[in-house]
Amino acid sequence: MSELPDGWEMVIGLEVHVELATQTKLFCPCANAFGDEPNTNICPTCLGLPGSLPVPNAQAIDYAMTLGHALGCTVAGSVFARKNYFYPDMPKDYQTTQYEHPTNENGSITLGDGTVIGVERAHIEEDTGKSTHLGGGGRIHDATATLVDYNRAGVPLVEVVSRPEMRSADQARAYVSELRDILLATGVSDARMEEGSMRVDANVSVRPVGSDELRTRCELKNINSMRSLGRAINYEARRHVDLYESGQSPNQQTRHWDEDGGRSTPGRSKEDADDYRYFACPDLPPLVPTDEEMQAIRAGLPVLPAARRQALADATGIEAGQAVLAVERGLDALAIAAVRAGAPGDVVIKHVDQNLSDGAGQLDGPMLAKLVGLEVSGALSATQVKTVLGELVASGGDPADVAASMGFEAMDSSELATLLDQLIADNPDEWQRFTEGDTKVQGFFVGQIMKATQGKADGKIVNQLMKERSSG
Amino acid sequence: MMNAQLTAIETAARVRSGDMTAVEALAQSQAAVTARDADVRAFLHLTDDRAAEQADRVDAQVAQGQDPGPLAGVPIAIKDNMCTRGAPTTCSSKMLEGWKPPYDATVVSRLEAAGALVVGKTNLDEFAMGSSTENSAFGPTRNPHDLTRVPGGSSGGSAAAVAAGFVPLSLGSDTGGSIRQPAALCGVVGFKPTYGAVSRYGLIAFASSLDQIGPFASTVADAALCFDTIGGHDPRDATSIPSAIPSAAAALGNGVAGKRIGIIDELMGEGIDDDVRARVEQAAAALADAGATVERVSVPATIYGLAAYYLIAPAEASSNLARYDGVRYGQRVDGVNVEEMNAATRTAGFGDEVKRRIMLGTYALSSGYYDAYYGKAQRVRTLIANEFAQAYSSFDLLMSPTSPSTAFELGAKSDPMSLYMCDVCTIPSNLVGHPALSVPFGVGDDGLPVGVQLLAPLLGDDELFAAGQVLEDANPTDATASGSEIRGEVRP
Amino acid sequence: MSERITRDEVAHVGQLARLVITDDELTMFTEQLGAVLDTASDLAALDLSGVEPMAQPCALTNVTRPDVIEPSLGRDEVLAMAPAAQDGRFRVPPALGEA
Ligand SMILES: [Mg+2]
Ligand SMILES: [Zn+2]
Repeated sequence: MSELPDGWEMVIGLEVHVELATQTKLFCPCANAFGDEPNTNICPTCLGLPGSLPVPNAQAIDYAMTLGHALGCTVAGSVFARKNYFYPDMPKDYQTTQYEHPTNENGSITLGDGTVIGVERAHIEEDTGKSTHLGGGGRIHDATATLVDYNRAGVPLVEVVSRPEMRSADQARAYVSELRDILLATGVSDARMEEGSMRVDANVSVRPVGSDELRTRCELKNINSMRSLGRAINYEARRHVDLYESGQSPNQQTRHWDEDGGRSTPGRSKEDADDYRYFACPDLPPLVPTDEEMQAIRAGLPVLPAARRQALADATGIEAGQAVLAVERGLDALAIAAVRAGAPGDVVIKHVDQNLSDGAGQLDGPMLAKLVGLEVSGALSATQVKTVLGELVASGGDPADVAASMGFEAMDSSELATLLDQLIADNPDEWQRFTEGDTKVQGFFVGQIMKATQGKADGKIVNQLMKERSSG
Repeated sequence: MMNAQLTAIETAARVRSGDMTAVEALAQSQAAVTARDADVRAFLHLTDDRAAEQADRVDAQVAQGQDPGPLAGVPIAIKDNMCTRGAPTTCSSKMLEGWKPPYDATVVSRLEAAGALVVGKTNLDEFAMGSSTENSAFGPTRNPHDLTRVPGGSSGGSAAAVAAGFVPLSLGSDTGGSIRQPAALCGVVGFKPTYGAVSRYGLIAFASSLDQIGPFASTVADAALCFDTIGGHDPRDATSIPSAIPSAAAALGNGVAGKRIGIIDELMGEGIDDDVRARVEQAAAALADAGATVERVSVPATIYGLAAYYLIAPAEASSNLARYDGVRYGQRVDGVNVEEMNAATRTAGFGDEVKRRIMLGTYALSSGYYDAYYGKAQRVRTLIANEFAQAYSSFDLLMSPTSPSTAFELGAKSDPMSLYMCDVCTIPSNLVGHPALSVPFGVGDDGLPVGVQLLAPLLGDDELFAAGQVLEDANPTDATASGSEIRGEVRP
Repeated sequence: MSERITRDEVAHVGQLARLVITDDELTMFTEQLGAVLDTASDLAALDLSGVEPMAQPCALTNVTRPDVIEPSLGRDEVLAMAPAAQDGRFRVPPALGEA
């Protein structure tokens, strides 16, 4: 169930909560660590004890502004606000977040295929603690008690809010994947979905194709993997279409994705609109980034994935869309070096995509270029190239020497031509049939030559030679 | 016995010189408490062991020739909304009954580092919400000058502890006048510092943008010493002023010659008792005698302070007090689910005044009302700040009554609005973060103390002490010593 | 009685603030809150156009601390303060809704 019936399209907006890779929490000096014993990284501030006060972590602010710049946002002065609601894993019963004046606004993420998805805002806020529901087989509604661990309470988050501009589950996945690459490239977060350091909520609605209306949306929570993200969006969009087509309409609500059951289930209804009573947190003076800070952050920004894809495309002559894998694997610099050393871009990208899934190891650009040269000239067969490449990744070296040491004698065309002429002389009937267009016997000649050369010959060159002999 | 004790400065001098031990100073304080606190009820908890350990430490330092600090051996009382590690800290609320914080407020650490002896925690209006100390879940404190009267509030216990001579120094917190008004009603010195001059770390928040900790003392000089000890930057409070705070003690003796002092017109009219107004005018004359130019000045927006305050303070309080939910500390009343447990706990744990303010603040912030109430009130703060700035372009200091009246009878103000009016003179300083000092000056027609309030712009704290000392010297009735009879019967 | 705030609004505010309000209290609080809001109505007459709101009296900005770990409180000490604890965690009755 990945496509909607004809005439419908999806409208998807994502809210991605990203835990920042700081040493300490957002407002207190407790360790920001995953997987520690419950309630061992806590202090008066992150427990919300009476009398405690927050002091912002400079590194968290820095990371947030770094991400803002990476997303092309307007990075500006910001004010922390309190979002007031009761929940036991929120120690102060308000969340300190940014409301009217977030650090980052109006950016975008460029997907691998060049689509630009708008980012409305990327604001700083604190994480909540973690609840475990006892009894009822883990189902929230039948729980007999809830246990709370505050180790995560106060961990710094940036919430990246997209505009509702995605139109398919695949696009949503591409967006999250691109955001993750940006987070890793900037070092802002380790972006591990399975550890919850990157958490995705999806706002899904549908509408007739060609319309620009925004219909009632549902917010999907509890999406724990890229796979869940795709499944959840497709399920939810289809559910909306089914409701509309049967004359009903969805209610605006939060829904939980049930990965095992492959369905979404309703959470708390948003009908009696939440009244969070936001107001500027009086314990926290505003943040006003200085020009020096902004310059330092911009200067420290790495080249981001989209720009790297474009640079690779420019260098190799491929489409930016074909550069995704190479950049994801961090092999774009190697590929560009190989091209600069004279290798054709398409062949280089082929190797990066097909043969270097575990990275480049000891292989460098000039080595790859030289190897590709041997391949293109026919000196090495495709099979041999792959074997030599494996050895270069493992230990490096000169491709020709490595090939020679493996017994892959560079066979030049004249040697092959002599062998072929001998074969033609020995097998006149078969040759006759080949010249009359029977392509099946082509394999016979190639096979005989491979046998004679113990596989060192390049099949392509043999084919080329046979063509020359038969036409000439 | 009204304050026959030594001042803080005298005590510290004797302890430092070895004329008296800290243990003796502590014993004197404890004897005074034992003799009279059953009537006054200034203290909620005594911290005898902690004080005794500290006294021993101070005496050992003296014996070894080490510097025991400027407050060596000085007994001090702490309002029970400041955290004391391992000692009860209740905010006079059933909600926090039995809670012992795992940390000390910065002010408490600084006082002890200076050699002071924390003798106990004092009564207050629940969560510092009130002007009479009658809103305490543990019963009211009484005015040491007349046990049928209130000591003022919310820091009534700390004011009474100094007025009764239990301790020469105590700490209070001031959100809308909660140090100055009880200081006035109890006839002691009370000081609200510039917002950010004293760390709020460990002060249990009522209204975070208004709360400031400050001292009560029997003399202006003692208050200055205490302020210098507790003030200064604290990296644990993001609203703490990073630059150095001018020393108050250093400004003592500077006098007011050549100073321009304005009496705020709007705080001298309707609603202010005649006898109080007369004392303020007499104080103004004393300042003029000392060489100041004293004139009337109009600061019209001050009359809007009360309305703005009763939106802002409850709004912040509604958020600050959300954490009392029965989950992590304090009291819990169980329920079938966490929502019901929260509600049952809060309903049982908070008194009416706290509930009233939480609801008022929740309403002022709620969608549809924010702009009309909270948003408007925040603009009034700016308006008042602008008008003060205007006034300070012509004057160095301003002055007014501290409280519209002298101490009133317990139970006399049962209607919340009439109690709220007590803060009309003190609130403007909190809204704009300015420092203000209340100094006893004579008595009213009822023989009870009157306080005169001196106001200064941001970081003008030290100037207030110089002027305050002039008033102290000119005080026609030394109410803090032996000027008034103790009256009234203790009610059962 | 003041028209500033209705009984229903007071009841709603009680819910938001997690307070159980009895009928009698509802009457009392509606009247008392109305009286305070009457005073607040003085502000309505003020022309505050062009006057910026003041959230804090201090003019500080960019107050931060370095990203350096300090020791945690002891878990036993903290859980000893809790009304109920289990397995190193704070225990509460079931939390039904989700945040
Ligand atoms: Mg959020
Ligand atoms: Zn912490």
